Amino acid sequence: MDTASPPPEGNDPTRRTALGAEVYREAQESAEFAELRRAHRSFAFPLTVAFVAWYLLYVLLSSYAGGFMGTKVVGNINIALLLGVAQFVTTFLIAWWYSRHAEAKLDPKSTAIKARLEGQS
Amino acid sequence: MSIQAIPATTVLAAGDAGEHRVLIITLFVAFVLATLGITIWAGRQTKDATDFYAGGRSFTGFQNGLAISGDYMSAASFLGIAGAIALFGYDGFLYSIGFLVAWLIALLLVAEPLRNSGRFTMGDVLAFRMRQRPVRTAAGVSTIVVSIFYLLAQMAGAGALVALLLGITSEAGKILIVILVGIVMILYVAIGGMKGTTWVQMIKAVLLIAGTLLITFLVMVKFNFNISTLLGAAAENSGKGTAFLEPGLKYGVDSMTKIDFISLGVALVLGTAGLPHILIRFYTVPTAQVARKSVNWAIGIIGAFYLMTIALGFGAAALLKQETIIESNAAGNTAAPLLAQEIGGGPGSAGGAILLAVISAVAFATILAVVAGLTLASSSSFAHDLYVNVIRKGNATEKEEVRAARWATVGIGAAAIFLGVFARDLNVAGLVALAFAVAASANLPTILYSLFWKRFTTQGALWSIYGGLFASVFLVLFSPVVSGAPSAMFPDVDFHWFPLSNPGLISIPLGFLLGWLGTVVSKERPNLDKYAELEVRSLTGTHAH
Repeated sequence: MDTASPPPEGNDPTRRTALGAEVYREAQESAEFAELRRAHRSFAFPLTVAFVAWYLLYVLLSSYAGGFMGTKVVGNINIALLLGVAQFVTTFLIAWWYSRHAEAKLDPKSTAIKARLEGQS
Repeated sequence: MSIQAIPATTVLAAGDAGEHRVLIITLFVAFVLATLGITIWAGRQTKDATDFYAGGRSFTGFQNGLAISGDYMSAASFLGIAGAIALFGYDGFLYSIGFLVAWLIALLLVAEPLRNSGRFTMGDVLAFRMRQRPVRTAAGVSTIVVSIFYLLAQMAGAGALVALLLGITSEAGKILIVILVGIVMILYVAIGGMKGTTWVQMIKAVLLIAGTLLITFLVMVKFNFNISTLLGAAAENSGKGTAFLEPGLKYGVDSMTKIDFISLGVALVLGTAGLPHILIRFYTVPTAQVARKSVNWAIGIIGAFYLMTIALGFGAAALLKQETIIESNAAGNTAAPLLAQEIGGGPGSAGGAILLAVISAVAFATILAVVAGLTLASSSSFAHDLYVNVIRKGNATEKEEVRAARWATVGIGAAAIFLGVFARDLNVAGLVALAFAVAASANLPTILYSLFWKRFTTQGALWSIYGGLFASVFLVLFSPVVSGAPSAMFPDVDFHWFPLSNPGLISIPLGFLLGWLGTVVSKERPNLDKYAELEVRSLTGTHAH
């Protein structure tokens, strides 16, 4: 085991407390941070509730609506399978949608705040 | 990660263990030697704590996405889901969905803030704005409990499964396999740290996807790429008709099995974002944006894999006799290897032997990569949360910390070997479901409250972690998983009174409730300065490690 190596680089333990509490309080209360928080929460929270509800609906249908789920649509492909595959599709879509939102609405704001704060230290 | 049991007494039905054994062992050994070589290379590059815990934070989004997939898709998920579909049809497919949808919680709420505000462990984020020592202790305990349960399930599964594939039936042989798996896992982690473990997981993910693609392709060729024909053949060959394609064969038995399924479904979807071995993977990339990309890659890879379980499971049901699958392993865990053998030309053919060996080697690689990830998560938390921040009160040099983490790996690995030998006949079911339920009950509430609830306090965190932990373990102890059922750990005694085999439906809401209650009744005022720092840093990445 190689523990007798030279001292670590680029890992300054003081970095964590590089900024004072008042700087973070000020940043937290700033209008641009409020905007960033709102952009994240107003997107992520309702969407989380929605996909968990959609998933639970699917679980409940599987448990209590066997007849409906067994309805054949095309050949041997029934509603249960289609809804199951739909869960995959919505998962892929939500991941893509969130990433697009984050890149367009969150990243520019967070990068700006980060640059401003790190410029102070 | 399925809840299938792997009884240790079953044997491979085909009866031609000898002819493929040499090939399987050759492939196993080749995989172990190649990955150990990479581990030694990675170990040479592992110099400081950031290297050991986080692989130097140098991985790309795609690399980490692959490694996350390799960490997440366990042998039970590959073999267990294929087997569950092969035996129970549609109900087996339900697992795949819960395991995938769960990733959205990690993506939307956890991955980026965690990467921005933490350093090496889940405890970094849980304890960020709380009193360090009590919360670090709680986070360390819960990390180790979740990881050990998960690890035990994999170890018990590995012993039984590899023994099965190699045709080993003696108890001594199975113990030897558990010990060998444990030693290789310790070597990966102790020498290679996160860098070595990540490469093992990436290689395993590629092998698993390639193996699954190959079998899926061959199955689809047989059915002219017509899903409906495949499903029809599966339904007919299973002897259960169209019921095989509908929900209910496994979980529709009575009202309690239906509630049990809902409980399992909730634990699966909420557990993933609280699994410590998954969370520490977000620290291996340079920024939160790259963490997001890696989750997207993981969702794509894991999603594609679980979609292919349809072809694997229904393919096995269509091409193999149900009795053949059950005779080989009552829980269906060998359905995928048997399918590989069948599709390669059947038992006795050279093609069958080669495909069986390849798929068995993939399963073995899968087990090794997952146990390595789990060992790393628990030894990291032991060293970083418990040893450095609680026992040494933060006064340890980085060199001492890495040394502690390496020794913790040896200790935890040895404990896992010991427990794995002891637990080799236990039901894998309870252990994995418990790991997910504990993660969702003890970890997720505190992660979410810490990040998003201003008022949350140390007392709330402690009540939630310990409350969720004890409630889930306690309920499982008195569930049919432990006693009072033929598939229980102790089938001969009956002290169960809790009717569900998964505690999630009770323990997860309890974890959230206790976090809230502990906070509102506590006299301590939340540390608003630290919350300001956490909130700003977690959303912006300011001074991220």
